[in-house]
Amino acid sequence: MASLPQQAAADTLGAKIGRGVLYAALILFAAFYILPMLVMLATSVKDIEEIRAGSLLALPQAITFEAWGYAWNEACIGVECTGLAPYFMNSVLMVIPSVFLSSLFGALNGYALTKWRFPGANVIFGLLLFGSFIPFQVVLLPMSQTLGFLGLASSVPGLVLVHSVYGIAFTTLFFRNYYVSLPDDLVKAATIDGAGFFTIFWRIILPLSPSIIVVTVIWQFTQIWNDFLFGASFTSGGAQPVTVALNNLVNTTTGVKLYNVDMAAAIIAALPTLLVYIIAGRYFVRGLTAGSVKG
Amino acid sequence: MPADTTVTSSDAETGVRGWLQRHLSKLVVAPSFLAAVIFFYGFILWTVYISLTGSRMLPDYELIGFDNYLRIWRLSRWETAFDNLFIFGVLFILISMAVGCVLAVLLDQRIRAEGVLRSIYLYPMAISYIVTGTAWKWLLDPGIGLEKAMHDMGWTSFSFGWINDPDMAIYTVVIAAVWQASGFVMAMVLAALRGVDDEIIKAAWLDGASLPNIYRRIIIPTIRPVFLSAFVILMHLAIKTFDLVMALTAGGPGTSTAVPATFMYDMAFQRDRLDFAATSAVMMLATVAAIIVPYLYSEIRGPRRG
Repeated sequence: MASLPQQAAADTLGAKIGRGVLYAALILFAAFYILPMLVMLATSVKDIEEIRAGSLLALPQAITFEAWGYAWNEACIGVECTGLAPYFMNSVLMVIPSVFLSSLFGALNGYALTKWRFPGANVIFGLLLFGSFIPFQVVLLPMSQTLGFLGLASSVPGLVLVHSVYGIAFTTLFFRNYYVSLPDDLVKAATIDGAGFFTIFWRIILPLSPSIIVVTVIWQFTQIWNDFLFGASFTSGGAQPVTVALNNLVNTTTGVKLYNVDMAAAIIAALPTLLVYIIAGRYFVRGLTAGSVKG
Repeated sequence: MPADTTVTSSDAETGVRGWLQRHLSKLVVAPSFLAAVIFFYGFILWTVYISLTGSRMLPDYELIGFDNYLRIWRLSRWETAFDNLFIFGVLFILISMAVGCVLAVLLDQRIRAEGVLRSIYLYPMAISYIVTGTAWKWLLDPGIGLEKAMHDMGWTSFSFGWINDPDMAIYTVVIAAVWQASGFVMAMVLAALRGVDDEIIKAAWLDGASLPNIYRRIIIPTIRPVFLSAFVILMHLAIKTFDLVMALTAGGPGTSTAVPATFMYDMAFQRDRLDFAATSAVMMLATVAAIIVPYLYSEIRGPRRG
C-alpha cells in the first residue's frame, strides 16, 4: 500500500525528522540481523591470539584463511580428524537425490490431484497436507527400526529415503496449489486430441511450471540441507550430514577452544543455502509464503 | 472430468491401455498415498502403541495402559521441558510477530534500498538452526562474546551471562529464535500489506481519516488472515524446536533449557527409554494437531477457495 502521509506533506520539517527516525530504525534492525554474520566472518579470518587479545567487534588485523582450511579438512569431529569435507559431501549426496525425488513425486501428485480428480482425491490431499505438519519426533522411533530392518541404518541412502518420503507432503502441497490455478480446459482440450496422462504432463503442464519447480527445489534444498533431527537420529560417525558434524565439531573440541575454526565451520555449513538465498531469494520468499497460505 | 472425456472421445482407448489411461492418475498417486499411510500414519500408530507399553531399550509389545502419560509428569525434566516450551513459545511468537509487523510497516513507507534491507532481515531464515545456535552461543558467551566486547570498550559494569544461568538460559533461546524467524513474519506481513487496495486507503485519506485509524479500520482487518497463518507457522516451529536448543545450550545448564523435542531425543537415543520417548512424541503430536487441524479445516473449507 502507498504511504500517503509522505505524499501529502513531503517537505515539512516534521516529515523530514520522521523520515530520519524511520531510516535510523531500519538500519538498527539491519545491524541486529547482519552483525552476527559479519562478526562470524571477521572471527573466522583472525588467528586465535588476535581473538583472545582483541575485541569481538574489531576488524581483523591480518586476514588468514588458516581456520577455514583447518575446519575443512583437519578439525576433529568426534575421534575422526578429517574436517568437515567428508560430511559436507554426505550432505551433497543426500540432498541431490532427495530434492529430485520429492519434487518429482510432488509434481506428479499435484497434477493428478488437480487435473485428473478421482473420488477420494481430496482425502488423499488432506492426509498428505496434515503430514507436512507432523512433528517428526512421532516417527523417529519406528523410522529408525525400519531403516535398521532395510539395512539402511546410519547411511546416506537411508537419509535420502527419509527426506524423500517426508518431503512429499510439502512438495505435493506446493504443486497442488499451483496447478489448481491452471485452467482445466488446457487438459480437457488435449484429451480430446487424444493426448494421455503423461503426454499432457510433459508437453503442457511442465512447460507452465518453471517457477513452481524453482520454488519447490529451493525450499526442499534448504530444508534438507539444514536438517539436523533426522541426521542426528539416524546416523553416526562417517555417515553424518554436515549440520550434525558441525554441532559435534563445536561441542567436542577438547583442549583449546578454536573459535575461528568454529566460525569458519559454521559458515561453511551455511554457505550452500546462503548462496541459494542470495541468488534466488525471490523464489525463497515465495516458498515461505506458499508453504504457509493453503488453498 | 478429463478422465471421462478420454473414454468417450477415443474408441482406440479400450482394453488394457484404456483402463490404464483411466486409472493412471490413481496409480501415480498410489506410491505417495502408500508412503503416507505407512510412514506417516502407520508410524504414528506404532509410536502411540509403544507409548502404551513399558518398552525400554527395545520395543516391548505388552500393553500396560496409560501409565506413561501419568508417570511422565513426575519427571522433573519433562516438567521443565513443558514449562520451557510454554515460556519459549509465548515469547518467541509474540516477539517475532511484533518485530515482523514493525519491520513490515517500516519497510512499506517507500524506502530506498528496500530490497537490500528486506534481504538482510530475512536471510537468517535460510541458514540452519545449528549455525544460528553456534553463532549465538559464542556471541552470548560472557568470556568471549558481547560481554567481553563491552568490557573492552570500557563499559566494565556490563554483564550478560544469561546463557550460563539456569533461570535465564531459556531466554537466550528466544533471542536466537527471534533473530532467525522474525524476518519470515516480516515477509508475510509485507506481502499482505502490498495486497491491500490502494484506492480504499486513498479514499479514506481524502476523507480525513488519520493514519492510525486507517491501519486500525482498514489495513489490519484486511490482512488478518496472514496474522493467523504466521501465528500457526510460528507455533508449529516453536513446538518442533530442537536443533536450536541442541546447538545453543544442549539443553543446559543442567536440564534448564530442555524442551519436549530434546526430551524425546534424550529418552530415545541416549537413555534407552522408548516408552517415555514415545509418550512425549505423542503429546507433541497432540499439541500440534490441536492447533493445526482446526486451522487446516478452516483453510480448506474456507470461503476463499472451493
